[in-house]
Amino acid sequence: MSYVLEGKTGEWEVVIGLEVHAQITSKAKLFSGAATNFGAAPNSQVSLVDAAMPGMLPVINEICIEKAVRTGLGLNAEVNLHSVFERKNYFYPDLPQGYQISQFQKPIVGEGILTLNMPEGQRQIGIERLHMEQDAGKSIHDQDPKLTYIDLNRSGVALMEIVSKPDLRSPAEAGEYLRKLRVILRYLGTCDGNMEQGSLRCDANVSIRLTGEEGLRTRTEIKNINSVRFVMAAIEYEARRQLDVYENGREVIQETRLYDSDNDETRSMRSKEEAHDYRYFPDPDLLPVILKQEFVDSIKATLPELPDKKKDRFIGEFGLSVEDATTLVSDIDIANFFESAAKISEPKLAANWVIHELFAILKRDGLTIKESPVSWENLGKLVSLIANGTISGRIAKDVFEIMISEGGDPSQIVEEKGLKQISSTDEIEKMIDELIEANPTQAQQYQDGNLKVAGWFVGQMMKVSNGKANPQMVNELLQKKLS
Amino acid sequence: MANLNNLTLAEARDGLSRGDYTAVELAEAHIRAIEDASRLNTFITVTSEIALERAKASDIRRENKEALGSMDGIPIAVKDLFCTEGVQTTAGSHILEGFTPTYESTVTQNLRDAGAVMLGKTNMDEFAMGSANITSYFGTVKNPWSADDGKDRVPGGSSGGSAAAVSGHLAIAAIGSDTGGSIRQPASFAGIVGMKPTYGRCSRWGMVAFASSLDQAGPMTRTVRDAAIMLNDMAGFDMKDSTSVAQNIPDFESAITGSIKGLRVGIPAEYRSDGLSDELSKLWMRGVELLKEAGAEPVEISLPHTKYALPTYYIVAPAEASSNLARYDGVRYGLRVPGDSLDEMYENTRAAGFGEEVRRRIMIGTYVLSAGYYDAYYVKAMKLRTLILSDFKRAFEGVDIMLTPTAPNSAFPIGELMDDPIQMYLNDIFTVPASLAGLPAISLPAGLSDEGLPLGLHLISKPFDEETLFRVGGVLESSLEFNAEPSFLRGLS
Repeated sequence: MSYVLEGKTGEWEVVIGLEVHAQITSKAKLFSGAATNFGAAPNSQVSLVDAAMPGMLPVINEICIEKAVRTGLGLNAEVNLHSVFERKNYFYPDLPQGYQISQFQKPIVGEGILTLNMPEGQRQIGIERLHMEQDAGKSIHDQDPKLTYIDLNRSGVALMEIVSKPDLRSPAEAGEYLRKLRVILRYLGTCDGNMEQGSLRCDANVSIRLTGEEGLRTRTEIKNINSVRFVMAAIEYEARRQLDVYENGREVIQETRLYDSDNDETRSMRSKEEAHDYRYFPDPDLLPVILKQEFVDSIKATLPELPDKKKDRFIGEFGLSVEDATTLVSDIDIANFFESAAKISEPKLAANWVIHELFAILKRDGLTIKESPVSWENLGKLVSLIANGTISGRIAKDVFEIMISEGGDPSQIVEEKGLKQISSTDEIEKMIDELIEANPTQAQQYQDGNLKVAGWFVGQMMKVSNGKANPQMVNELLQKKLS
Repeated sequence: MANLNNLTLAEARDGLSRGDYTAVELAEAHIRAIEDASRLNTFITVTSEIALERAKASDIRRENKEALGSMDGIPIAVKDLFCTEGVQTTAGSHILEGFTPTYESTVTQNLRDAGAVMLGKTNMDEFAMGSANITSYFGTVKNPWSADDGKDRVPGGSSGGSAAAVSGHLAIAAIGSDTGGSIRQPASFAGIVGMKPTYGRCSRWGMVAFASSLDQAGPMTRTVRDAAIMLNDMAGFDMKDSTSVAQNIPDFESAITGSIKGLRVGIPAEYRSDGLSDELSKLWMRGVELLKEAGAEPVEISLPHTKYALPTYYIVAPAEASSNLARYDGVRYGLRVPGDSLDEMYENTRAAGFGEEVRRRIMIGTYVLSAGYYDAYYVKAMKLRTLILSDFKRAFEGVDIMLTPTAPNSAFPIGELMDDPIQMYLNDIFTVPASLAGLPAISLPAGLSDEGLPLGLHLISKPFDEETLFRVGGVLESSLEFNAEPSFLRGLS
């Protein structure tokens, strides 16, 4: 079920390539020791290097190199043992050096693959390259009617630019690519993927062509989109805009556009003619980055299990449904929480409890899995109590409520509150006998053929046992006693 | 007591340790000399107070038997390219006028830590771009040497102020910087010793950048021994400079053994260009003869790509400069000339802030890096640079050191060559190849021209083999017996 734009002139398809800027998780900037905390007071995290004071020199932060390599490996990409930092020259007040240190001709990571699981099947999306670069500072235009203020906290922060091939064919695929990439980056621990804080930003290159047409038409680039939803909306709008241009006999011009989420439209920012000549050349302040194969291998050896593999394993090892496994691997912390709980209990039941009961609580209280009021250990214990028949699923929900509001170990709660399931035949038989004796009319009705009365007896049993009687045994024994 | 202005660094070191005089007395003598020599326009900023303060601290250390070493108490001048904490640093440019760094360059910090006493910041060609010290926003420096024609001479450049300060005995030694010859050519013009270490020997941190792949700090002194002593306290690996090299620093002074027996001295055939004057040619051959007499073996060598060195340099250096100077945009520090738009502010600031030569090089550099020209100019120049480097590598397989003239001419009158940048650029023809190859080199005064102006000879050695440079330099210096004094010191100008 491919994405098609129906036009007067026929069916059109959209061709999309994404450039994702991912902030490398690191305490210090790419070429300076300044901190990278989000939300710090303006210009409080700026070193002499970040402000481009005279005579200041960049020194590479090796953590960032390691994380870029790690990301490359996680994207099944080729790591280049020889890469070069170059200067991208242009003037802007929030770019203190007058150039951005980036990688151009020789990026640290070359071609790779990202696999998307779309409803219509798997799609392999090519990664063109991954390179490292410095972020710019921030220009603030709304503090003064005439003046622009500059905050250099972001200046020099390490970014990875991950460039896809133009392999994406629908807004949905673009959205899924971005989501998948974000999940992988989080698994790798190389970017926190936080789009609201700007740790992950996306530029989309969009063109359209008649279905079946060879070659690519002129593309436009939509800059700095900061949510998955907006990426999809921006592409959707832009594809339809281009269709409109062609169908009105005009040509799409190569230009940079901005997505305005308030009005859901893209607007021209600058055309190709106004584009900068960046005058890239190797930065003479920095040596080429030369990596040893052993270094790359040592990072490879510590790569975590990535989501697709984990999902397959959850299905194979734990017998989870594809749907449940997909949900659980969508976040490394959730996957780890689940797996830890599953290992000390019963995996399928644990999956159910995480996905339904726990997620509901997290959603209600606006918490992440890391802030969960119930630890994986206690959830695992609770699931075990259900699995081994100590408590019923119904009682378990009560115990869970107590765990959330008061905290504590579920076995202790069960013990203290006397919530253990009654599974002794003698005990249950005794309760049934008493019940029949106290309600002869109902017992007679059953014997007269009104089998529905059994349900009434079950309800009464639960009432007198405070829900603790093993429901299965109650059913069996009631039938025996009543007939 | 000896005239405190005529001491070499080694003499001052020994006198200080004997207690013949104090660091304060040395500093005062030089501060007076600087005041008396104001017509030379050698300094942009004189830091008398700092000098006296540091000299006093040095004397106290010495009194407490805690003297730091050879440089403790030695009054030096600092090229205004080096950022100095709390002291205006201009790089000779209007755009940085009034800029006072909050930090100290590694090289000046190293010397400060060794106890050296900073007298002030010396005049220089704007952003180190020039060979005559005529591009400084703070005016032309006059060479302490003049000829009979009475015309003021340029001191060479870009470290012209540093050269003139040492030559005119306003400082015992000075820090210079060399990108294509900016230490060696003015040393030659001013009759002093100027030494450019191997690229990576001295940290570039805190040194205002001209061309990052070429810039290198070095000592400017009156003797080879003094240069060796000073380099010891300037050099060193610096984590803050990725291009600085973690290399052992030998005791350079002890390399001056006086013996060069069996050393092979390369004489590059390509430096015998058509334009080489008779007097320079003779001087060069005299140098060869003297080294031979001292036991070295002259060897004819070839550096076939020498003729491409100058054009290569004038692509690489401006390319890097065009980018390095982008930070002077009026936004954060230095000059800002307002405009009605951002672009106008940039244009106004940079037009007013940069002088003609700097603007010329920014434009050349921007041009050679721009789309469509990059491959034809920059990439080709980088390839040539590699060829020039391999010329040296090959030649150094057969020789230990090379001897060439430092500059094709002696100091010319202020005002000449000013309209012809190419003629000016030719001043670096003998110094640029070693810069492109990152090699250590030294210029020492070798004789006087027919006009009575100093001429220098130039030694180039292998990477990180400054020791051979000092050893041969020491021998050549003593056999040349250059002891002429600038007219300024003889009270003639």
